[in-house]
Formats: sequence, structure tokens, C-alpha cells
Amino acid sequence: MLSFIARSSIQKIITLFFVSIISFLVIHLAPGEPSQVDPLNPKFTPEMVERFRQQFHLDKPLYVQYAYFYRDLFTGKTVSWKDNLPVLKKIIERFKNSLWLFVVGTLLTWTLAFPIGIRSAIFRGGLYDRSATFFSYLLISIPGFFFAYILIIVVVSTFHVPVIDMETFGLGDSPWYRWLMDRVWHLLLPSILGATGGIAVLSRYVRSQMMEVESQDYVRTARAKGVPEEQVHYKHALRNALLPFVTMFGLILPGLIGGSVIIESIFAWPGMGRMAYEAILARDYPIVLTVNFISAVLVLIGTFISDVLYMVVDPRIRL
Amino acid sequence: MMTGRVEHPLKPPGVEQPLAPRESRWKEFWRLLRKNKLALLGLIIFVLFFLIALAGLFLTSGTRPVFDPAIVRLEEKLRPPLSSPTLEILGSDRVPRFGLYLLGTDELGRDVFSRMIQGAWVSLTVGFVAVGIAVLIGILLGGISGYYGQNLMRANQIFLATVLLLGGGLVVAGFSVPGVVLLAAGASFLVFFRSWKKKAGNRTETGWTRFLWMRTVSIDTLIMRFVDIMLCFPSFFLILTVVALLPPSIYNIMIVIGLTSWMGATRFVRAEFLSLRDQDFVTAARALGVGNWRIIFRHMIPNAIAPVLVSATIGIASAILTESALSFLGLGVPPPHATWGNILSDGKNYIFDAPWLTFVPGIAILIVVLSFNLFGEGLRDVLNPRLRERS
Repeated sequence: MLSFIARSSIQKIITLFFVSIISFLVIHLAPGEPSQVDPLNPKFTPEMVERFRQQFHLDKPLYVQYAYFYRDLFTGKTVSWKDNLPVLKKIIERFKNSLWLFVVGTLLTWTLAFPIGIRSAIFRGGLYDRSATFFSYLLISIPGFFFAYILIIVVVSTFHVPVIDMETFGLGDSPWYRWLMDRVWHLLLPSILGATGGIAVLSRYVRSQMMEVESQDYVRTARAKGVPEEQVHYKHALRNALLPFVTMFGLILPGLIGGSVIIESIFAWPGMGRMAYEAILARDYPIVLTVNFISAVLVLIGTFISDVLYMVVDPRIRL
Repeated sequence: MMTGRVEHPLKPPGVEQPLAPRESRWKEFWRLLRKNKLALLGLIIFVLFFLIALAGLFLTSGTRPVFDPAIVRLEEKLRPPLSSPTLEILGSDRVPRFGLYLLGTDELGRDVFSRMIQGAWVSLTVGFVAVGIAVLIGILLGGISGYYGQNLMRANQIFLATVLLLGGGLVVAGFSVPGVVLLAAGASFLVFFRSWKKKAGNRTETGWTRFLWMRTVSIDTLIMRFVDIMLCFPSFFLILTVVALLPPSIYNIMIVIGLTSWMGATRFVRAEFLSLRDQDFVTAARALGVGNWRIIFRHMIPNAIAPVLVSATIGIASAILTESALSFLGLGVPPPHATWGNILSDGKNYIFDAPWLTFVPGIAILIVVLSFNLFGEGLRDVLNPRLRERS
């Protein structure tokens, strides 16, 4: 166990190093320069551009820029090129907003996917199973932005509640329950959108796991010796089918940053994804690189946690 | 007196002819596919979509296209589907084909039907080219890593590869002078090592030169670590970054999606190759003196391709979704050309006045992506050998 942890952390640090190099190269070797993002602005005189380049070390060779950037990142001194604010502070601020979406979306995914998948597996081939299958394909295939507009139309025209942005503008000193409901409505649609793909994929996966376990010998034995159906499904089959999902707890971690660029743009949600998207368009490289780096760290931590969890729950695994 | 028939000495008695499968692979495939209704539906929609996209390419291009997606009729904007134009206002050259707006018009009075069939080709090519790139890289890297992977590389090989790759990278990146110098150095090293090895023969090296021939790390490890590195990037975010930084063009999107989605194919091919290379028919082929390339292309790839095909079909679906999402964000194909994503993106501002501008492209994307997903899942079942034997 200890040797596994040591080996894999060394491996992951090396991986992280290469990720940092590749992302740095991808961004800096792309055509165009951050100093020329706004060439028509009369305030950008050549001297300004020169000062800008000097201030952010853009006139140095690439490897020096790389060293400067990651030194600043690890000492927490990176600043955004747009407004000179510390990047980490900006990210943490946006991160709090995204966290809401992530938590509600994940809860929805995990609480809905399991009952749907298990029921599908128990009544396989029936009407419920077939319609669940079809709907999950539908949800996987629907473009998120299209689904978002359908939901907005439905909710806005039936319930007449505002859903765009994090809270209704000018709700200053209304009673707390108004405020709470407002928050819930604003949170609901983007979280549902974030969860749909996950529900569809996860419920299919639960179904196939469950079906595989149900065809095992020990399940048949349990049935043969007269254990009631309920107990066969939920005690013998389900407990063993749950095994691979333990590892998925680690793999949902990267979702904290990645997915929600489009959803956050549509709902004007001031989260990480939108900040990163705006930073890309403004060529604000420190933010882009930092977001990229953090998400790579999250992926690595996630796989590490899932490996360790797998070892803990399944004694057959020796890594 | 001799008998008329001479038995072949090696042929066991009772076996009259070689046991060929009763039906060819394609027939069997088709028989199994027909049983899977959803997959068949997916295939039919896919063929229809292909024909529409192909027709759309020809009907909307040229100087006087049959369906012109570019005619602006500001007096006829936001007309609902199946409405007919007011012929008095429009000149005869601006009347839509069939005298009917089949799917309505957009905010500039352009015919949505023409724009839709123009955009179909973009979706189709992005899906196929991006996945084609991904599968090619996947087969190449996965094949190398599964077939040759167990051989450890020598230190000088790694050194050579580093020098050559660095030189190539520098040339591509625009630093041509140091790049060319490095490439030349790499080439001369190559010649040098070759001649040295020939001269040295099998004699064991002594002293520091032994270090150069030391066996270090297997190519399999290198490739798989590279896959791990690529998997660390959040893929949509990476695609977004690169597409936003590069000049807008459809080819950039295809290439970028392809270059960021080959990891799955690589892993599949590698796993299949690892299990296939120890199987009897490969050993037999090798014993017969069949060359490596022929073994790989004739014997192993046909047997390893099934999971790759399945993941490629589903990959096409997700590539189409990614492209439409990029178009929706306003990146990618430059404006006058229509794509389903940018029709929807332009139409979203009129969602209450002209819902067809949102629903027509949205449902089109949904149906096409759904058909690819259904067909891919059906393919997984059909190509599954456990199902195949049960005829």
C-alpha cells in the first residue's frame, strides 16, 4: 500500500510536469500575441505594448517565461493580465459559485441514476426498461444548449419565475423565504442541465453492472435456497454491483472545473467555466493556464483516490 | 490395379472439405443487425443524413445554387415554416425554390431550409474527419504499443527521438534555424549510430559507450504515460482554448477535435493487440515467416477493430455535438457559412417570436447524434462474439 502510494505520487508529479509544459506550449505557440488583443484601441501606443510585454516577461524566451509563470503560480503571486488582480483570489471567488452547481448537479445525478438503473435491470426487457433506455439515449444526444432553451421556455412560461443569473436583480430586502425560493429557482435549471448527461450515462452503467451480477452463480444459489426476491436484489446483487461505483467518487472531482462553460454562459452564471471562457477570448493567459493546471491536479487526485478506494473495498485488487 | 482417387496423406478421413463458416461475415453482421430495431433505425437515419448532406453540398454551392442560403430578404424576415413569399415585393430572382419557405426564414430573411442543408455537410465532415484522425492516431500508437511495446528502448534511441522531435517541433513552431540544426544533428547521429553498430557487430561495448546501448524504458510505457498526460486536460476546455486562439476555420476544428480524442482508441487497440499477439493464429503466422507488417494489417487489425469501430461511431456523435457547441459559442466556421450550431445561436434571440429558428437545428442535431449513438450501441451488441456464436 505505502509503496503504491509513493510510486503513484511520483508518477503523477512527473505527469503534472509534462501537462504544465504542454499546456504552456499550446497557449504560447498559438498565433497572435496577448499584447495585441485590442489593436484598434487608441490607448495602446507602441510604448504601452512594450511596457506590457516587459511587465509580464513576454519579451523573454519561452523557457524563461515558463519558469517565471510557475514560480509565480506556486508562490501564489500570479496576476491576471486584464485587471492585475491575483488569479487565485479570482478563481476562488468564482469557484464558490460553481460549487453550488456542482454539488446540486452531482446529488441529482447520483440520487436519480441508481434507482432508474436498478429498476431497469430488475425489470429488464419490459416497457420501463425500454423507455428508460430510449430516454437515456435521448438525454445523451441532446445538445445541452438546445435543451437549456427548451427548459427555459417551459419554466418561464409556466411558472413565471426568472431563471437567468444567480439571483433576481434588486431583490434587496425581501423576506428570507422569498430570497431562498429565488435562489432555488435560479439554481435548479443549470443543475438539472449539468446532471442530465450524468444521469443518462450512470443509469446505463448501473443497469449493466446490476445485470452482470444478477447472472452470477451466488445470486442463483440465493434464489434456489428460497431467499425472498427483495433480499436477492438488494442484498446479494446490489451490494456487489456497487463495487465499481465506489471508484467513481474519485472521478467526479474533475467535473468541478471542466464541463459547464456553455451552461454558465447561457444562464449568465458567474462561475469558473465562464471566467475561463472569457479569459480565453481576452487572451488572459495566467487565468487560462491556472485553471488548466488546477483541473489537471484534480484529475490526478481523482484517479489516485479512486485507485486507493478500489484497493480498500476490493481485497482482490493488489496494485 | 490402382484406385481412382488418391487420398491426401495429411487429410484425416471423413473430412471432405475445409470447414468454412456457413455464412460470410457481412451476411452474419446484417442478420444480427436486422434483429436490433433501434440500431437499424440509427443506420437508416445515418444513411439519410449522409445523402442529405451530400445533396446539400451540391445544391447550395456554385454561382447559382438550387437552394441559395445566402439571399437576404429583409422584407421577408422571420416568416414561419411552410409560408409562401409575397411575390409582389420580391424580384423573381429572390423567390425561394418551390415558391415556399419550407422551414421558414431567419432574422435576415434567409431561407432556413437552404441553410440547414448547407450546415449538414459541416456536421458530417467534422464528425468523420475528426474521428478519422483520432482513430488513425489510435491505431498507430496503440498498435506500436501493443505489438512492439515489450521491447525496451536503448538510451541512444531515446536520445535520437528526442533530438529529432525537438527539431521538428521547433521548425513547426517557427524557429527554423535551431530546428534545422537539430534535425541535421539528429540525422547525422542516426547515420553515425548505424555505422557504429554495423562496425561493432555483436561485440559487447565497454566503458561509457555501454551507457548508450543500455536498455531503459519500453515504448509501451512511454505511449501509455503520454495517454495519461493527455487525459489530464479537460477536453472541451482544451478544444475551446485552441479553437479560440487559432484563426477561425472548419479544418482547425476537425484537427483539434481529432487530436484531443484519440486516447480511447489507443487504449482499445493496445489492449486488443496485447491479447491477440499471444494467440495461436498469430504464432502460426509468425512461424510461417509472415512479416510483422502483414501480421499487423492482415491478421491482427481485422480482429482488433470491433471495439474501435464502436467507439468511433459514438465518437462521431460527440464530435458533432462538440462542433455545434463551438458554433453556438460563435467560434469555428466563419459566419456567412451556415452550421446547425450557428443557426441555433442566431435564432436564440428570437426564441419566442420565431421558435423554429431554435427548434429546427436543435432537433436536427438531436436526431443525427441520436442515430449515431443508437447505431454505435447496436454495433457493440452485434460485434460482440458472445452474441455471435448463438445463431
